[in-house]
Amino acid sequence: MADDSLASESASGLNGSSDEGTGFPEDFPHTARLKQAGVTTLDGLRDVDSLEDLKGIGPTYAKEIAEALERYDADESGGTTTEKRSSPLSGDGAAEDEPEGPWTQQSIEIPEGPIEETVSFDTYPAGQFSHDELGFSDDEVVDLLRSMLLQRRFENRCRQMYQRQKISGFLHLYIGQEAVSTGSVSAVDLGDDSIITAYRDHGMGLAMGMTPEECMGELFGKSTGCSKGKGGSMHFFDAEKRMMGGHAIVGAHLPLGAGIAFAHKYRGEDNVCLCFFGDGAMHQGAFREACNLAGIYELPIVFICENNQYAMGTAVDRAFSKPDLFKHGYNFDFPCSLASGMDVFSVNKAVRDHVENYARKGQPSMLEVRTYRYQGHSITDPAEYRAANELDQRKSEDAIARLQQYIVDRGIATDSDIDAIDEEAEQKVVDAIDAADAAPFPDEEAIYDDVYTQEDYPFIA
Amino acid sequence: MATLQFREALRAAMTEEMERDDDIFLIGEEVAEYDGAYKVSKGMLDQFGSRRVIDSPISELGFAGLGIGAAMNGLRPIVEFMTFNFSFVAFDQVINNAPNMQYMSGGQFTVPIVFRGPNGAAGQLGATHSNSTEALYSTFPGLKVVAPSIPDDGKGLLKTAIRDDDPVVFLESELMYGMKDEVSDAEDYTIPIGSARVAREGDDVTIVAHSKSYHIAMDAADELEERGYEAEVIDPRTIKPLDIETIVESVVKTNRLVVIDESNPFASVASEVTHQVQDRAFDYLDAPILRVTAPDTPAPYAPNLMDAYMPGVDETVDKCLQVLYAK
Repeated sequence: MADDSLASESASGLNGSSDEGTGFPEDFPHTARLKQAGVTTLDGLRDVDSLEDLKGIGPTYAKEIAEALERYDADESGGTTTEKRSSPLSGDGAAEDEPEGPWTQQSIEIPEGPIEETVSFDTYPAGQFSHDELGFSDDEVVDLLRSMLLQRRFENRCRQMYQRQKISGFLHLYIGQEAVSTGSVSAVDLGDDSIITAYRDHGMGLAMGMTPEECMGELFGKSTGCSKGKGGSMHFFDAEKRMMGGHAIVGAHLPLGAGIAFAHKYRGEDNVCLCFFGDGAMHQGAFREACNLAGIYELPIVFICENNQYAMGTAVDRAFSKPDLFKHGYNFDFPCSLASGMDVFSVNKAVRDHVENYARKGQPSMLEVRTYRYQGHSITDPAEYRAANELDQRKSEDAIARLQQYIVDRGIATDSDIDAIDEEAEQKVVDAIDAADAAPFPDEEAIYDDVYTQEDYPFIA
Repeated sequence: MATLQFREALRAAMTEEMERDDDIFLIGEEVAEYDGAYKVSKGMLDQFGSRRVIDSPISELGFAGLGIGAAMNGLRPIVEFMTFNFSFVAFDQVINNAPNMQYMSGGQFTVPIVFRGPNGAAGQLGATHSNSTEALYSTFPGLKVVAPSIPDDGKGLLKTAIRDDDPVVFLESELMYGMKDEVSDAEDYTIPIGSARVAREGDDVTIVAHSKSYHIAMDAADELEERGYEAEVIDPRTIKPLDIETIVESVVKTNRLVVIDESNPFASVASEVTHQVQDRAFDYLDAPILRVTAPDTPAPYAPNLMDAYMPGVDETVDKCLQVLYAK
């Protein structure tokens, strides 16, 4: 992995968080890049001697920015201007927002080369952020730990329940990745913002507040399950919490995420969609199509690649011609960042920045979160493709252990407090197992429920 | 009543529904600035603006999925495929995401979406642009499949499809877009999904035919009349749910059935109708059920081969005479 080619700025690259958001007129090009380079107003822009010397601005962008500034200044002094066409979704569809025609503005004049672009990517390494600077109270930090421990205890018991044949089918465990779900959920407005994810979805569901009872019930195939026993491990849904599903075909839910974000924007809401997917999903055409549509329609979405290093048994380095996955978002002119998935605060800060600085302003973006799954791809996978000691080494960076250490070091809670929280999580899971065991399977007639909204189904007797 | 082209009837349906409900939007390739590849959406950009009539790049998987996600989040998208041949690159979205979402979420999410566009062969377009998809999409539980044959049904059924809370595949035809006919301009004109239309009554033989094939059936019935036979022509209008009761009722009367279906024959709509009729009306049949379909080949280009490929009036009359033992 070409780690040395990552962003040259690490924690110092967190400029997105200091965005003022008011310095440029609407539709001014490349404002996110300009702000990243420290230019936040038109006056500031006028003072820049050479745009190309700004970080993140290459000759093409420099030209577009200079032209836009010229147009703006001409317009201000009563001159004429040809505005860049607005997005189909911007404005209220009123006549003044209508494009004047379908013509292209792309030039066939080829500039003298070589064309060089300098780009920068924000990073969020582990161990860089404290809870107080992120606005978490001590109690809320303990809640983060509670959420992560619940996921781990739940998943450990799932493995056991599979071995006891209480759970069947595919079972993909989230152990090792808990900081990603917990850190992300705590960065959005739960219940108003939407979250959609792939098939390794137990952790996200629990982090969003789905109960262990409805989750375990689903895994047991019981009528008390979140999907009434119709979905199973890969299809956790909670409409009320806006958990828009675990989705089982790799990559297929990325366009759904774009559509969910589209509907938020269409209704003029301030809400966003977090769209999680694994590293393997990025090979699908659906990734490209969803990103491109999000870009042209300016959708409020964050594409979050949960890179756990393996697509089933295929390591990222074996499958990508460009293994720095966050850089793939640059193809769509997205702001892109890289965060550690082994520190809940890094994840939280990264997602928060992407939501507030980009998504809520109609700018789709891409965030790669590097994490690691301790188990195989699914329950039947012994993961023999790992290097010797790889798992032990990753476990030494465990996100839960890190947070526990943080809590004790800061005097937020004691070791024995943490033990009690862990036991409480374990007990919740055990209770959920007992409840799932006792719950009934769906009635046989239920096989025809929820196929159609129309009630006189089945059509074929 | 107004005399409208098929495309105008479909446009009237979309326009009336979009005027009624702001949650409805139209997305697809060339639907806005270009006024629709086949001008079905002509003028809709002007009326509704670019918030609700939205051009997509050539990205069927992307915009079909976007529509489904928007439907999960409360909107009612109309997704236009320039032709249903292009729906195959969005196949996973149409068959795996749209119809399964309600089931696998235990009823928490519905997908009120219409996928519409032309289906089937439309002249010498070659194999990849001539596929018939009605049997294919009908096989997936959760989808409804509608295939009207006349403008009036097109309008009434499209309005119903847009209001339906289930995902609907709505199949049109390039060759019928210019067809003019009387269309109801009654306020709130809708036709229920799942009800067949008995287009012509007769006692001697039943012909079941949908979409373009319906017009072949009507011509064949005229020829049969000249030979002294009265054919009953039934247009199922919706493939799923299929109004099998109306078909069976007719077969009970005529005791003979010919099904026209321009799809390839294997596992086609004609196959399904044949199965269901023998299951419900075996004792009423006086002859084997015969089918008129495309051959089990891809669609060719050469004009003579394409003529041979498509079901025709002569072949239909011939099959009817066979089940009448008049040949």
